[in-house]
Amino acid sequence: MSDGAVPRFPRGVRFQFDAVRETWVVQAPERLFVPDEQAAEILKLVDGARTIDAIVDELAARYAAPREVIAGDVGDMLRDLAAKGALAL
Amino acid sequence: MSPASHKIDPPLAILAELTHRCPLQCPYCSNPLELERSSAELKTEEWCRVLDEAAALGVLQVHFSGGEPMARKDLPALVRRATERGLYSNLITSAVLLNERTLAELIEAGIEHVQVSFQDAEPGGGDLIGGYRGGHAKKLAAARLVFASGLPLTLNFVVHRLNLERLPEMIALAEELGARRIEVAHVQYYGWGLSNRDALLPSRAQLDESTVTVEAARTRLAGRMVIDYVVPDYYASRPKACMGGWARRFMNISPSGKALPCHAAESLPGFDFPSVRQHSLAEIWNHSPAFERFRGTAWMPEPCKSCDRREIDWGGCRCQAFALTGDASRTDPACALSPDHAVMEQAIEASRGAAKPFTYRRIRAEAWAD
Repeated sequence: MSDGAVPRFPRGVRFQFDAVRETWVVQAPERLFVPDEQAAEILKLVDGARTIDAIVDELAARYAAPREVIAGDVGDMLRDLAAKGALAL
Repeated sequence: MSPASHKIDPPLAILAELTHRCPLQCPYCSNPLELERSSAELKTEEWCRVLDEAAALGVLQVHFSGGEPMARKDLPALVRRATERGLYSNLITSAVLLNERTLAELIEAGIEHVQVSFQDAEPGGGDLIGGYRGGHAKKLAAARLVFASGLPLTLNFVVHRLNLERLPEMIALAEELGARRIEVAHVQYYGWGLSNRDALLPSRAQLDESTVTVEAARTRLAGRMVIDYVVPDYYASRPKACMGGWARRFMNISPSGKALPCHAAESLPGFDFPSVRQHSLAEIWNHSPAFERFRGTAWMPEPCKSCDRREIDWGGCRCQAFALTGDASRTDPACALSPDHAVMEQAIEASRGAAKPFTYRRIRAEAWAD
């Protein structure tokens, strides 16, 4: 399975580190999402240039997990965030 | 102020009610019945200090609201300050004062999202509810400007008995205007809304139909538009987690600087809500008895105290409990387990039948007397 889509944060959405709570947060219009550690690692690779495939490759190189498992997790997480209006795919 | 007995998570957002002045007069306005005068409003420097303190405390988003926040000439300066402090700035507006120039100033200052309220899908109903002739047309023009600027746009529709039949047209209007998000919010019956309840409360059939319409639209628009849907409590069997729990996530600052756990809290008797003129936000959030009063679960009576949903709905809404039972510390009567639940059915009964008149939100004569 390959995915050449390029995820990006649309205008009005911010992915940032919250120094007070010491956690990554996604701020969107009147919404706030707190990604877990794994999701935050994926979102750090969302830069508006990398494709989903490239993100999966990078994570597969970093972690000892089968590529198809990582691809499934990454796809699910990004689609979920996109459905909530916090990511453009 | 009392010492904090335990660690309290900082608020996520503040609602900055910059003014109670507004060109519109919607009969369900969330402002209190006693509107504050412009002479009592916080000055620019005072709001700037509040924004500085909010960022330091851990607030992430600031919702600039009112009244009509654009009635304050210093709104761009306040947005700029919020931006400088790293806060996410959201504008909640009627949009009748929004034009190319005022929008450009706000964008330059760093506004990140605009929510435009509509009172109906068409000008007749919209201008009637807003009490402002030509308002609907101005909103359409303003929403188009926001979309054209590339800013994310939310359309807010407050729905009730008099406009619910046009809910499909409201959703179609949001699509046409390129909104990324819609709020379909049934009137919440406090303050002005409560005083107009007999005119505005929908029937069970109207509510059910609106829920079906929203669900279908959510499926159809998945991935393109987010629909937030708020139902009225009167047909519920469990209460809403009002404000995500008293003083758990939000702080409301009134035009004159009163800090409140929600925008209706001033309706509660026996409270001395602290002012940002005398106290820092951190002091207020962590030590004010008013914020401590209903925080968490320790204050709860039965049936809340032993309920397994006590940390899901936090006992419902304190203002509703007071408005409908006379006691703010009772279980929200919206809950079917509340001993007072019958008052909801009585209210539904009272609103049945022919259309009733409503009263516009206006500064009352006595509010002007010193």
